[in-house]
Amino acid sequence: MEQKVTAASIEKKSLIGQRVKKPDAPDKATGKTRYINDMVLPQMLIGKVLFAGRPHAKIVSMDISAAERLPGVYAVLTGKDAAGLKFGFVRDNVPLKEKVLCEHDEVAAVAAETEEIALNALSLIKVEYEDLPGVFSPEVGREASAPQLRDNFPDNKSLRFEFKHGDLAAAEAASDFIADDVFRPHHVTHCCMGTSCAIADFDNNGKLTIWTQTQYPYNYKMDLAPALGITPGDIRVMQPPVGGAFGSKLDVYPYEPIAALLARKTGRPVKVIYSREDEFRASPTRQAAIIHMRTGCKRDGTLTFRTADVLLDNGAYTSWGPTIPVIMMRTTSGHYRVPVVDFKAQAIYTNNPYAGSFRGYGNVQTTYATAQQMDILADKLDMDPLAFHLKNAQKSGEITPQKSFLRECVLAECLETAAQATDYSRKRAAYAAERDKPGRYKKGIGLASSIHNAGGAKIHKSDGIGTILKVDDYARVTVITGASEIGQGIDAVINLIVSEELGVPLEHVTIVNNDSDIAPWDVGVHASRTTFIAGNGTRQAARKAKAQILKAAEKMLGEPADTLELRGGSVVRDRCGTPLIKLDRLLRQMHFQAVPELVMVTDYYEPNSEPEGADHISDHSAAYSHAVHIAEITVDTLTGEIKVDKITSAQDVGRVINRMGLEAQTEGGIAIGLGYALSENMQLEQGILRNPSFRDYKLVTAPEMPELEMHFIESNCAEGPYGAKGVSELPTIVIAPAIANALFNATGVRIFNPPLSPEKVARAIYEKQQSGK
Amino acid sequence: MSLETEIKFTLNGRPVAVRVPATMKTLTMLREVLGLTGTKYACGEGECGACTVKVDGKTLNSCLMHAVDCDGRELVTIEGLKTPEGMNPMQQAFVDHGAVQCGFCMPGMIMQADYLVGENPRLTREEAQRGLEGNLCRCTGYTKVLDAVASVAEKKCCGRL
Repeated sequence: MEQKVTAASIEKKSLIGQRVKKPDAPDKATGKTRYINDMVLPQMLIGKVLFAGRPHAKIVSMDISAAERLPGVYAVLTGKDAAGLKFGFVRDNVPLKEKVLCEHDEVAAVAAETEEIALNALSLIKVEYEDLPGVFSPEVGREASAPQLRDNFPDNKSLRFEFKHGDLAAAEAASDFIADDVFRPHHVTHCCMGTSCAIADFDNNGKLTIWTQTQYPYNYKMDLAPALGITPGDIRVMQPPVGGAFGSKLDVYPYEPIAALLARKTGRPVKVIYSREDEFRASPTRQAAIIHMRTGCKRDGTLTFRTADVLLDNGAYTSWGPTIPVIMMRTTSGHYRVPVVDFKAQAIYTNNPYAGSFRGYGNVQTTYATAQQMDILADKLDMDPLAFHLKNAQKSGEITPQKSFLRECVLAECLETAAQATDYSRKRAAYAAERDKPGRYKKGIGLASSIHNAGGAKIHKSDGIGTILKVDDYARVTVITGASEIGQGIDAVINLIVSEELGVPLEHVTIVNNDSDIAPWDVGVHASRTTFIAGNGTRQAARKAKAQILKAAEKMLGEPADTLELRGGSVVRDRCGTPLIKLDRLLRQMHFQAVPELVMVTDYYEPNSEPEGADHISDHSAAYSHAVHIAEITVDTLTGEIKVDKITSAQDVGRVINRMGLEAQTEGGIAIGLGYALSENMQLEQGILRNPSFRDYKLVTAPEMPELEMHFIESNCAEGPYGAKGVSELPTIVIAPAIANALFNATGVRIFNPPLSPEKVARAIYEKQQSGK
Repeated sequence: MSLETEIKFTLNGRPVAVRVPATMKTLTMLREVLGLTGTKYACGEGECGACTVKVDGKTLNSCLMHAVDCDGRELVTIEGLKTPEGMNPMQQAFVDHGAVQCGFCMPGMIMQADYLVGENPRLTREEAQRGLEGNLCRCTGYTKVLDAVASVAEKKCCGRL
């Protein structure tokens, strides 16, 4: 029963690599989107948290009676109400504290009818503290003479990591040059524009619904449950739109269980929302570290070994921050062909704020060291850094000492592309020749590169994703997926892939991914994994649906399924594009036949990576990728100010999926990297943050954004969706050392403790001039 | 409770009369009294621009302006840029150029960008950069924002808008 053919043939057009708009952009651009920060529920109370405001103290007494008596106050909770509710990586945190270990320790919380009443109630809580001597640096904290912050962690030692590969003594002996430096990456914070917020509500069966900004909804249940003394199965996670995350929402932080404890106590929904100052003080940081790194090479430029002895400022509690050596050791041993590696890292408890996960997770810190040591060694060798990098660049098929299998590796192509686009070698030599001549403004060019996982990271037992896909009677597709949308643009990628596979318009795809009671498992938005993992999951699910549809079409049209395609909302003959039946009509015929058939498929995608195990040695990602950044800068040698004139990037993206989203992620990643390199710095004095505002904590603004030239190198990853690799962390990782190397090219000075602030740069230049070098 | 005052003003072309406490900021009034949550709180001290609205034709940070000072004035918020025909050209340009990621700063960014192009149809990219200095964004690196603004400025300049 072939349909009468009247329509013109439908051409095959691929959306892969095209520019697709984010489906949520119109509502966001018109103010219609209801972010979690905007949400109000009937009967909702406002929760506020009392922070200790001192880094280390005993709580001698606390009087909450006046706060409890204030009209409009429904609950006041203290550390006693949270005793034993331990949570976190090593169960070293509780939602409310009975002892103060850092400035932002939550010592009490209030739920009240309005924010004003809640704040008034906080001011009525009387706490008497006995201040204790604190630990404010890991170097001091590890000494036996330092105050011991925890009973069960002697010498304040928290997590430790080690990795050794090859004969270090022999490699050192075989080295003609060794770079030996200490790098001190600093504390910065995420600065999500939407401040931290959670809304919690218990039903009368004891089930908690929590509206949260989380970017890992399923493990989140597991991590939140012990903070409340309930089971993960009794938690429903709702994910309304959020104002940014960047890794900061990859763990449970105390305000979330506090909202839930207040909700349980009052029987009403409770919303806890941070002010900007709260956000600066109490949200996680990027991990600060002291990295003693040594890298050796032979006279011909062959790398011989690399060692890293890393001391991490754990802060008061253990979130993702002190776990970054898992990635640090991999990038230490995988950034170029390093045959011998000796890596060790020790985290030390201090009374400073504690670090979480932040875009680039550990690799920002490592690459700040490795990429500068590549430049330092090239200088010692009197070799063009480009030639030095190329000599040591890995090729496809190589395996790093830590067992990262570089299936498709285009590092050399990235290096050559970026160098050629910028005329790197000529400019570098010319600027170096100008370095010591008179003149206030000096130009510099710097090259840096890095490696990062680009196909997820199997740090849990699973790195997979579940997808449910249905196609209704009107050929509208709903994708129910574990993949979270936090602004990064997986929504556009999913729409694009469904449209590509099922030939339906982009706007006919709906994504449901904000309710853990509906959407299936996913590990969360981290490790540059979502386009890779959710992209594969979506494609597999769409292909199952397509196979079902074409099988039905074969039966109805009498043409073999393998000669048919879905295109332009119709079933067509693949070869000529002749439309045979409209897809929605076919779907209705499938539905209303004698044996009804609906299109609703499920899929589980698990990447072919290996679990890490206790020693972290495995091929833990389904893909790895490289990026090269070249920074061109002008330095005012009088004021020390660095103006970044241009950034040229060349990154292995596997394959471009949504070009607009890829550009946007790269540009935004570079901007975060620029802030890290140049201006962002949490000024901590004895554990107290001195600059908790955008006035004093300086983000990159529009006028400071340099010209960007981005080259996307397509290595065509065998495991990736359509060949794609994950992309979003490398742009943040590579930028700071590129600028540091450009600074050296321009002025001959190096800064080992970012940010490269005018003060530090001017001082270094002055000291160099004084020393007469 | 602090002293309340009744104020009357024009909001997105419609007359409004509300009672507000003397200490309340315009941002809070818009979000919590009038239910217009498009205007965002992100710092509360005039540093980030997320709460930008137009008052008598000029943009300002609504977190710094007392609500009572709206009396007799004309306010436009992000909700007021959209017309029955659809999005305002600046909103459309932000969507088309991929300038929106998490989108939280975008209402303020778009209000300011719309104001800049309205004031100066020959706005250059450098002028747009300077004009948006007070609007912080953590997602985009401003590049696509500036592309969007440039596209609207170009159309205005050529008389196509």
